[in-house]
Amino acid sequence: MRLTIHHTTRYSFDNPVPFGLQQLRKTPKSTPNQHILEWHTRIIGGQKELVFEDHHNNVIELISFEPGVETLELVSEGRVELNDTHGVVGRHRGPAPLWLYARPTQLTEARAGVRDMIRDLDDRNTVDMLHTLSARIRSKVTYEIGVSQPDWSAEDVIKAGGGVCQDHAHVFIACARQMGFAARYVSGYLLLDDRTTQDAMHAWAEAHVEGLGWVGFDVSNGISPDTRYVRVATGLDYSDAAPVSGMRMGDAGEALNVQIQVAQQ
Amino acid sequence: MENQKIFDEMWGTEDSLREPYRKFQTWFDSEDPARLRKKQRDAEELFRLTGITFNVYGKAEAEERLIPFDIVPRIISGSEWFRLSRGIEQRVRAINAFLHDIYHKQEIVKAGRIPKEMISQNEAFLPHMIGVEPPGGVYTHIVGIDLVRTGPGEFFVLEDNARTPSGVSYMLENRETMLQMFPELFSQNRVQPVSNYPTDLRRSLAACAPPACEGKPVVAVLTPGIYNSAYFEHAFLADKMGVELVEGHDLRVVDGRVAMRTTRGYRPIDVLYRRVDDEYLDPLNFNPDSALGVPGIMDVYRAGGITIANAPGTGISDDKAIYSYMPEIVEFYTGERPLLQNVQTWRCSEPDALAYVLDNLEELVVKEVHGSGGYGMLIGPTATKKDLAAFRRKLKARPGNYIAQPTLALSTVPIFSRAGLSPRHVDLRPFVLCSPGKVDITPGGLTRVALKKGSLVVNSSQGGGTKDTWVLED
Repeated sequence: MRLTIHHTTRYSFDNPVPFGLQQLRKTPKSTPNQHILEWHTRIIGGQKELVFEDHHNNVIELISFEPGVETLELVSEGRVELNDTHGVVGRHRGPAPLWLYARPTQLTEARAGVRDMIRDLDDRNTVDMLHTLSARIRSKVTYEIGVSQPDWSAEDVIKAGGGVCQDHAHVFIACARQMGFAARYVSGYLLLDDRTTQDAMHAWAEAHVEGLGWVGFDVSNGISPDTRYVRVATGLDYSDAAPVSGMRMGDAGEALNVQIQVAQQ
Repeated sequence: MENQKIFDEMWGTEDSLREPYRKFQTWFDSEDPARLRKKQRDAEELFRLTGITFNVYGKAEAEERLIPFDIVPRIISGSEWFRLSRGIEQRVRAINAFLHDIYHKQEIVKAGRIPKEMISQNEAFLPHMIGVEPPGGVYTHIVGIDLVRTGPGEFFVLEDNARTPSGVSYMLENRETMLQMFPELFSQNRVQPVSNYPTDLRRSLAACAPPACEGKPVVAVLTPGIYNSAYFEHAFLADKMGVELVEGHDLRVVDGRVAMRTTRGYRPIDVLYRRVDDEYLDPLNFNPDSALGVPGIMDVYRAGGITIANAPGTGISDDKAIYSYMPEIVEFYTGERPLLQNVQTWRCSEPDALAYVLDNLEELVVKEVHGSGGYGMLIGPTATKKDLAAFRRKLKARPGNYIAQPTLALSTVPIFSRAGLSPRHVDLRPFVLCSPGKVDITPGGLTRVALKKGSLVVNSSQGGGTKDTWVLED
């Protein structure tokens, strides 16, 4: 399957911004199952300072703002070829040690809510058990836009009983880690059946299963990722894999507009 | 401890003058104590004029204080130093190999020589350093190894300071002061110089320039600013090296490099000797509230645009719990027996060790795993019943936070007191510079002395003083 992707992030500031930096994690990973045929980043209102690979093998571009900028536009686009792997990403490839993904983080803390969520799971088959967990999360945390906050932890999400893909991923990761699995957050692109235009990236989780390696679980859609899924950035939680994170000087307010198009070639 | 014979570096254990102090003693005996007392006062005045002071943390106001200086030098023979410096070099090479391994393949963990938890549960492990190849392969450009002595040939490492060790300005100023006060002593004794340190430091830092460096490496010193307790030292070292002293707000990412503002625009920095802790180094990647660092510097570092000295994440090697594994670490990476000894250490995270420590608290020194500066520590033999009870509670509540060590019979060196020469306990912090394939150790280092009779705490924040440290040419 070949997908073409177009992703524009536009910031409009209500005052000129004297200085700012942003880390972009919008370039898909190059892996045995996912070939980048073509990929470009264009920046209007800023410049690319450098590019590097972080400890999760994410490609990060560091962007600086043009002094006094009022509109910053980040455009990423390209073509990706995907092989079907039935959700199995495969063996762990460093550089980070596997145990790093077994440690809880602030967003994936485990307390009573997580402990309840994993109670009495049938553990005879690991992959089945993780699918059951995914389905259970989906039934207890309804997919609903506008319920959760971006900085909510897995426990906050369970308590509220609703959230978006990011929240589903955090809950799954927190549960998997609590059960002793290494687990990680994935942000990426998803080809939808009914439309090409979307307003946010997708997110799902991966757990490391002995013998199989990393296996993906998309809680929000109740499936394991297939060739419609493009893996972009991974990390311990959202904060490691956010498409854009940064800082800027001044007290200007901002309006954010995201437009993503994913289409089959 | 009362039963142990204290080794005095001037008089030994049997009150017979040791060779390195022979000429000093002759000179001292011929001196008029009144003149020496005046010299002692002059020396203190000199320090005040130079501005060598430090701030004590935890005081209501950032009170500036002078670290007391004692005019009696601590003297080490050339052959003693030779043996010691070989041990220090071996240890520092092992520390660098360990850091590379920990942030790459973790062979030492796979080999079962260090439990995985020592790394995976360690707050000092910095994930952002995973996979980084620091320029020149050097992690710890500057190391201060804290040593104590209990006998003629018995040196123990108390602590490896692999983050941003301070105190080197005292080493240099102490020598400068002694040369001014007592020039005759330096014609009678052949003392190895320490004054090359700033030149060596600059050369050593420049030798670790990053791939992006073009031409002669530009070096700068990053300080948290004038309110930092070691600000004097930052300014002093920048001045002696002839490089810029900068603060976070002077720096910015420009064209993929970290650059400093100058009157003629931004100028890229190749090597940054930073005296800002990891947590505050980069608000974009670490503590977002930090105003002391440079946003994006870690990104520039990973992209090969700057050398950060010392490398971020070196704290995993001088952590007090890791310390207890140093003999294994030295053997694993050098294939040699450790030349320098570790102090026996009980890791209170282990139930047997904790039980022993609780039973023998009166005889032990208990330290916080991540503590420094002599804060949060218990010295069993001199502690009150109340202190002991408080520590018992702390140990039971968070055993993993503590290690314990026996109270060592630290050596003494005389200080010049009202009564003449009086023995006081000392430690030693030699300063080590690492550059690609090379380890330079300045002969001597900083001798800290507990000025209170019988006290074992030499930290300047706890009433310790300093001495000039001599290594003789044999």
